[in-house]
Amino acid sequence: MSFISELSHRDRVFDFLTPTLSPVDVRHGPILYMDGVTVTFDGFRAINDLSLTIDDGELRCIIGPNGAGKTTMMDIITGKTRPDTGSVWFGSRHNLLTKSEPDIASLGIGRKFQKPTVFEALSIFENLELAMSADKRVFPSLTARMTGETIDRIEEVLTTVGLTRLRHRAAGILSHGQKQWLEIGMLLMQKPRLLLVDEPVAGMTEQEMERTAELLTSLAGKQSVVVVEHDMGFVRSIARTVTVLHQGSVLAEGTMDQVSNDPKVIEVYLGEGA
Amino acid sequence: MWLTRPLSERSTQLFLGILFIAMLLVTVLHVALPEGHALHVSAYTVTLLGKYLCYALLAVAVDLVWGYLGILSLGHGAFFALGGYAMGMYLMRQIGDRGVYGDPLLPDFMVFLNWDALPWYWQGFDMAWFAVIMVLLAPGLLALVFGFLAFRSRVTGVYLSIITQALTFALMLAFFRNEMGFGGNNGLTDFKDILGFNLRTDATRLGLFLATGVALAVGYIVCRAIVASKLGRVSIACRDAEARTRFLGYRVERVQLFVFVVSAMLAGVAGALYVPQVGIINPSEFSPLFSIEIVVWVALGGRATLYGAVIGAVLVNYAKTVFTGIMPDAWLFALGALFVLVTVFLPKGIAGLLPSLRRPKVGDDPAAPGPGHDPGYDPDHDPDQAADAQSPANREATV
Ligand SMILES: Nc1ncnc2c1ncn2[C@@H]1O[C@H](COP(=O)(O)OP(=O)(O)OP(=O)(O)O)[C@@H](O)[C@H]1O
Ligand SMILES: [Mg+2]
Repeated sequence: MSFISELSHRDRVFDFLTPTLSPVDVRHGPILYMDGVTVTFDGFRAINDLSLTIDDGELRCIIGPNGAGKTTMMDIITGKTRPDTGSVWFGSRHNLLTKSEPDIASLGIGRKFQKPTVFEALSIFENLELAMSADKRVFPSLTARMTGETIDRIEEVLTTVGLTRLRHRAAGILSHGQKQWLEIGMLLMQKPRLLLVDEPVAGMTEQEMERTAELLTSLAGKQSVVVVEHDMGFVRSIARTVTVLHQGSVLAEGTMDQVSNDPKVIEVYLGEGA
Repeated sequence: MWLTRPLSERSTQLFLGILFIAMLLVTVLHVALPEGHALHVSAYTVTLLGKYLCYALLAVAVDLVWGYLGILSLGHGAFFALGGYAMGMYLMRQIGDRGVYGDPLLPDFMVFLNWDALPWYWQGFDMAWFAVIMVLLAPGLLALVFGFLAFRSRVTGVYLSIITQALTFALMLAFFRNEMGFGGNNGLTDFKDILGFNLRTDATRLGLFLATGVALAVGYIVCRAIVASKLGRVSIACRDAEARTRFLGYRVERVQLFVFVVSAMLAGVAGALYVPQVGIINPSEFSPLFSIEIVVWVALGGRATLYGAVIGAVLVNYAKTVFTGIMPDAWLFALGALFVLVTVFLPKGIAGLLPSLRRPKVGDDPAAPGPGHDPGYDPDHDPDQAADAQSPANREATV
């Protein structure tokens, strides 16, 4: 009976009515929470008891030598790789280890790949159209119409990433740096809560790098951004908090100055070349 | 409505225009000119052309999954044959007591096998509407189950192609068996009439030819509507970068399943129209070789264009008719040689030779109402933009 009386409160949202893809809840904690995550590939521990938290609105840089497990970490967050142990939560409500790649994307986690992957046969405009947050099921896609609103939104992002003049060209003709920008544009179209950006400035000119830095910094606050990058100059220009990954776990964390003076870090990473 | 959107595309209008003019021409030359006139089209030729159109529809179905979704199905003959068998069962039941054994209910081959009752799965096929549903449902269900299992386990590429071959091969072996109740290796034949029209009359043959033309037109429009929709662009995305598409939030396996099932149903319709025109359906339609041949038509005509598939199917089958008349043994060699030559010298197939009829891109300018706007505009040939892409100075400025 109490159940029925509860039902009569029309302003309440009941748990059983909450869709599985409900908005991320960050009232009581970080937007991303990874704890004790371990991944083994054929006996090789690519990720080793990794624990990491990202706060809502934070801009976090992740550095680490080649093979440290940075990309693998993103694979785990986006559902591409399943860890052997550990837990990964998006806000306090979504256990990412139980969700598929499309589900995780729909929850609001967008990703830019290390090797830029755009749809080369489609035009730049169409690439952005597909990335746009929308109902992505089969039948809504079949009947979807291009509204003035969507066109405006795509044009807006085209301007942001500076590809307006090329919008009807196939994405395959773009240079490496331009593809990076298109991927960033696709991320923006998705309007994710959390952006995972893997090596965004590889193949970019000095100028392009500056604009990328500007863009990523401007996103932080509204969205949470995790940037993996090898270019130390770039990291220094945007970093607030830096996490150093080594052999699949966190070696150090702090401001750029703190980590670059950390003897352990100097030994394994900065000591190598810089 | 999304289904009628292609009607405003220039390329679709052109395709439909040519198809309908060809159908009209054949009809006029068949009906109006006396037999013996140099330009008279005989009933035999009408049926032959009808057969080509069935193949064309089948090729369009294969191009939909291969060209736009990247799934190289080497088993589409199975869906074609299932549609054909569904139609064949209807035609068998239409024979009634006019068979050799004169049994009012059982087809001849069942009487011959000493069966005393109609198997349960032959029930209902005396009704045309039921047969029509089964023509769509049988291939559609097979594609649904097969696709569900294959796409869910993310089987792709060569492995998927091999399983589709295995599928059609397994069905061929099954249909060869008399106990299956589909006439064994003789298949179903000796049909008398369809919807009450005698299959041997010229008028019925012309009607079937025209019906096939209409089916091809409808099938083409359905495929075009899918391809030109956002779902079509998602399909291309799945074809070129499946994992990436998933990370954008699309359920790749459902997109694949949907397109695959639609394609299988179109193949079924093609098979259903084929059977009354050739007068027989037997397990050879399930042969893996036939399914490979279909893919060759599409490759020759040009992938991912739909009209290329039609051109390929009609031309190759016309060549086959001519060739097997002169040198029957050489046909397979000729087909193989043709395939090699085209893949080497015409990677885009015959369609690649035609003048470009690209659809106008959505959103050419922010004020554009959508597809169909300014059909003359081809962004690839816009000198302004071409210059833009090549000049490094411009690139610096835009990025
Ligand atoms: N699918 C896989 N199978 C086997 N080993 C893998 C797989 N993916 C990654 N690895 C291994 O895991 C380790 C971590 O790889 P990862 O790509 O995460 O490194 P990274 O930090 O991104 O390096 P980089 O800076 O070079 O991009 C590497 O040694 C790599 O060889
Ligand atoms: Mg990496």
